[in-house]
Amino acid sequence: MSLNGWLQIAVTLALVLAVTLPLGRYMAVLFTGGRTVLHPLLGPVERGFYRVAGVNPQAEQGWASYALAMLTFSGAGLAALYAILRLQGVLPFNPAGLPGVAPDLAFNTAASFLTNTNWQAYFGEVTLSPFSQMAGLAVQNFLSAATGIALAMAVTRAFARSAGSLGNFWVDLTRATLYLLLPLSIVVALAYVALGVPQSFATLDVTTLEGTQQVVPLGPLASQEAIKQLGTNGGGYFNANAAHPFENPSALSNIHAIWAMLVISAALPITFGRMVGSERQGWALLSVMAVLLIGGVALVYWAETAGNPLITALGVDPSMGNMEGKEVRFGQAMTALFVAVTTGLSCGAVNAMHDSLTPLGGLVPLLLMQLGEVLPGGVGSGLYGMLVFSVLAVFVAGLMVGRTPEFLGKKIEAREIRLAVLAVLILPLVILGFTAVSAMLPAALASLNNAGPHGLSELLYAYSSAAGNNGSAFAGLNANTPWFNTTLGIAMMLGRFAYVLPVLAMAGSLAAKPRAAASAGTFPTTSLLFVGLLVGVILILGGLQFFPALALGPIVEHVLMHAATTF
Amino acid sequence: MSSPALFDRAILTAAARDSVRKLDPRSLMRNPVIFVTEVGAALTTFLWLRAPDAFSGQIAAWLWFTVLFATFAEAVAEGRGKAQAASLRQARSDVQAKLLLHPDTNDGLYEKVNAQTLAPGDVVLVETGDVIPLDGEIIAGVASINEAAITGESAPVIREAGGDRSAVTGGTTVLSDAIHVRITVAPGETFIDRMIALVEGAERQKTPNELALSVLLSGMTLIFLIAVVTLWGLAGYSGTQVSVVVLVALLVTLIPTTIGGLLSAIGIAGMDRLIRFNVIATSGRAVEAAGDVDTLLLDKTGTITFGNRMATEFLPMAGVSAAELASASLLASMGDETPEGRSIVALARSDFGLEDQPMIGAVLVPFAAQTRLSGIDVAGRKIRKGAVDSVLRFAGASASPEFRQAVDRVARSGGTPLAVADGARLLGVIHLKDVIKPGIRDRFAALRAMGIRTVMVTGDNPVTAAAIASEAGVDDFLAEATPEDKLAYIRREQVGGRLIAMCGDGTNDAPALAQADVGVAMQTGTQAAREAGNMVDLDSSPTKLIEIVEIGKQLLMTRGSLTTFSIANDVAKYFAILPALFVTTYPQMQALNLMGLSSPQSAILSAVIFNALIIVALIPLALRGVPYRRVGAAALLRRNLTVYGLGGLVLPFIGIKVIDLGLAALHLA
Repeated sequence: MSLNGWLQIAVTLALVLAVTLPLGRYMAVLFTGGRTVLHPLLGPVERGFYRVAGVNPQAEQGWASYALAMLTFSGAGLAALYAILRLQGVLPFNPAGLPGVAPDLAFNTAASFLTNTNWQAYFGEVTLSPFSQMAGLAVQNFLSAATGIALAMAVTRAFARSAGSLGNFWVDLTRATLYLLLPLSIVVALAYVALGVPQSFATLDVTTLEGTQQVVPLGPLASQEAIKQLGTNGGGYFNANAAHPFENPSALSNIHAIWAMLVISAALPITFGRMVGSERQGWALLSVMAVLLIGGVALVYWAETAGNPLITALGVDPSMGNMEGKEVRFGQAMTALFVAVTTGLSCGAVNAMHDSLTPLGGLVPLLLMQLGEVLPGGVGSGLYGMLVFSVLAVFVAGLMVGRTPEFLGKKIEAREIRLAVLAVLILPLVILGFTAVSAMLPAALASLNNAGPHGLSELLYAYSSAAGNNGSAFAGLNANTPWFNTTLGIAMMLGRFAYVLPVLAMAGSLAAKPRAAASAGTFPTTSLLFVGLLVGVILILGGLQFFPALALGPIVEHVLMHAATTF
Repeated sequence: MSSPALFDRAILTAAARDSVRKLDPRSLMRNPVIFVTEVGAALTTFLWLRAPDAFSGQIAAWLWFTVLFATFAEAVAEGRGKAQAASLRQARSDVQAKLLLHPDTNDGLYEKVNAQTLAPGDVVLVETGDVIPLDGEIIAGVASINEAAITGESAPVIREAGGDRSAVTGGTTVLSDAIHVRITVAPGETFIDRMIALVEGAERQKTPNELALSVLLSGMTLIFLIAVVTLWGLAGYSGTQVSVVVLVALLVTLIPTTIGGLLSAIGIAGMDRLIRFNVIATSGRAVEAAGDVDTLLLDKTGTITFGNRMATEFLPMAGVSAAELASASLLASMGDETPEGRSIVALARSDFGLEDQPMIGAVLVPFAAQTRLSGIDVAGRKIRKGAVDSVLRFAGASASPEFRQAVDRVARSGGTPLAVADGARLLGVIHLKDVIKPGIRDRFAALRAMGIRTVMVTGDNPVTAAAIASEAGVDDFLAEATPEDKLAYIRREQVGGRLIAMCGDGTNDAPALAQADVGVAMQTGTQAAREAGNMVDLDSSPTKLIEIVEIGKQLLMTRGSLTTFSIANDVAKYFAILPALFVTTYPQMQALNLMGLSSPQSAILSAVIFNALIIVALIPLALRGVPYRRVGAAALLRRNLTVYGLGGLVLPFIGIKVIDLGLAALHLA
């Protein structure tokens, strides 16, 4: 680790922090029905949408109809995307004449983009036509992100109101896309272009180092990258993702990529704070995310620069640390930051080979995903995940001040706890369940590149990534098999919908409750103490159940590495 | 009510017996955490029987102990209530009632019947020495009654027909006189019956917060069940054959057995603390609500001030010395036996050292409500003191501006002015005021720090009320308060999202008592009031509201602290068991053996033993409750989080290590 490296990390995070407040406030205005600077321009467009779709923007929805609208919309999205992928061969814009996608892979890919996971069991450049990429995947890149934000706003309103309703899904979806994701991705895409990312359908004829001729297709990269990062989607145009020189050409574009994936998720807690009438509450939640995320960055950075004694023993200069699978143009510090951010968020874009991280360096992305993608989590999903943890933390510790627990004046009672527990149960069930079954299934084990603890980490990583809707891959696992395509697809769907439905129901129950007045006897939820408490609860309630699995994977691999055992 | 010591030998013996009876899985099902433990214990016992070895045998034994300790905790908590119920039951022994045959005619004819055959509406005659058969209302007569059976207070109380003192309780004894009582409840539903049911826990249902906590604990049990079951598959992949006994041991140590085992004991003990405090809550919900109270509606008289106004100052007119006024006041109050009169005598004696003077031929004029005067005729002087207008009339004088100023000054400060005259000469004014109880101001400040507002309710006019309110340091006051005002005030506060506690005794308090989140009815109050409230104070002391709130908070704090402790314990248990599980496959796992436990078997056994013993160790805390401090929520949280959160993280590391050393020394593992 070096001071220079930490400075790079600090500068990147400071750039995010600089827009957190204005963006958070902008979204608060947007989602409480206020007028933004973009309204003169986009207002008529928005109203046009409602007229065409027959939506009454004034109509409020309870949790059940909000959930139904979301499920209907997602179901239609799944069907449309599945159809596009299966029918790829007969659809236009298919210059390479690629055939339709196999059923299991089509299901996996559709589920993946629908749930904001962007797990890619295929090689983008050789499996999908530009039409599939743009009309299929890119559309869901916008809509799955907008859906996440809408859901987060619905849950936020549960704490901000006492009316029982959670807003209107169609309005939230439209506003998130129109006023937030579209304008931001235009800005970010232009910045990408300025930083040298191609935005072109041309092809390049190049002479390779070996002297052969190669045709390199470009593509609408800058625009695809913009929404991939902003919407914490993470599905790359190329298989190498953000390590590919076209997607992420320089150290500067790397900073830009990290900034773009963090910016909305970091601002959403502030939006939450504004909407519940306590910006301090927003900062407290953001602090929890920051503390754990920076802890993760530090561990990756330390583990990677400490390197691998086995490689050092082969005569490799240890001063660079473990550079296997990393890009020299990014360096250790900014790779560590990218690794932690992309998994702390449910983005899943990668600028390095996670499979090549040292065991402890690889433990961090695993754990960050298993904690439920709340640090700061995917756009929207991170916020509502963090609110579930807040409810649990307040419930466990709130009693210690001698009052029945309440969060922001809303009493936390049996119904809320039942639903919150139901939600947090999903991740261990899906991650550990599928991993354990796969670990005993010969057909599944055949996909592993490595034996021993590293092989287990590869399995664990795949299901953690899917259930957490992250989408990054440890790689080293051939996931394009019917078993993995199907189970990972199911894991993604459960990780998104089986998680959010109880959360919405909890929100509905909270929204109907009166808000109790705060006093000196009220459990403080904006103090430093609360930040520490929430960190503890996330680690213990969210992470402890994965400890045995992690011990058998990366932790034992770490101790074995120092004992010079490899697999 | 008398109450047994925290650990009474008889209670412990009975509890030990009960704890075995409670192992019945059908009743344990109500407590999922302990139920899972029992299933684990049964499973390991079965495996041990099939292939006996010392290790499995010890694990199985300690798992059974874990379950037993949990049922024992509950049995001890219940046992304390049962002992109290037994003493209450003696008061309910079958009594003969004198059922009046013609209650309308007053002919006094009665028939002796068993009390159990009475029905509501029957009228019975209760005479000196009789036990009142069932709860009822006096419709004729007045009697002094010994209510020691329910209050533990042997001083008799007066009950009479009409008004707010007409309710009588079955099981209490009439000491003198005779009364006609109209029965208001059916046999088996009397106040004492309900008390017995409450303290015995027969009617005990999980309170809302307890229910929510059980849900969380069940959820955590499920999560760890998933972790342990899947571990079997993951371990298989890693080439480790983990025995079922060890997996069960891991599961039981990870699930929150500590709080799961103590949860119901904590709830019962909370009710018990209230009962020992002579307050009966009709539901556990009310005790929880007490902890949440934001606003206390306190009656001025008896809670904030002493019941009576007292003389505090003599204000002589020009030309009259203070000593002269004091002396005249003393003389004029000789015939005044009211507390106010006595306080004037006391003040004159203490401030001016006046002694009783021999008063030969003096004629006392006693205080009378009609004249509102008292006085003395001695040696040709006619000295009077009393209400200002009465004294002015007696003296036949008009008030001088100086006199009027003195009267106004007293009135403005919230006091009551009394005038003193010697014949036609006005001597001065006595300042009577409500005396705030010592220490009450600090108490209110502490309540404010806890986030609780205090509101004084008084029939005084707003000027007087404001003066007393500012002196006592309450946050708000309700002057010239009618029962309707109280009800309206409570509703207003509740709309603002606050929980209100109040106490009352009259029938006209009933609506407000019912509306309040915590309504404490006085035992001396009317039947209507007692039914409207959700608590009854057997001592009829309005000050108790403050302690009731603290008992509620203590219950919730104990629950929260032990939950936090239980969850924090898991970290150390992982570090004990996980390396032990896999050290044979991966010898390097020894690096995770932070505690340096002697062998894998000893590590697992130590964690299981610690997990069982910690339940027993915490029973006293569960029963006594985590001490409540009158500080704000932030300070409380900091303290409890340090003690129970951080303590819960660190303590098991030490405990498991100590047990491991013991096991190694005894060659048990």
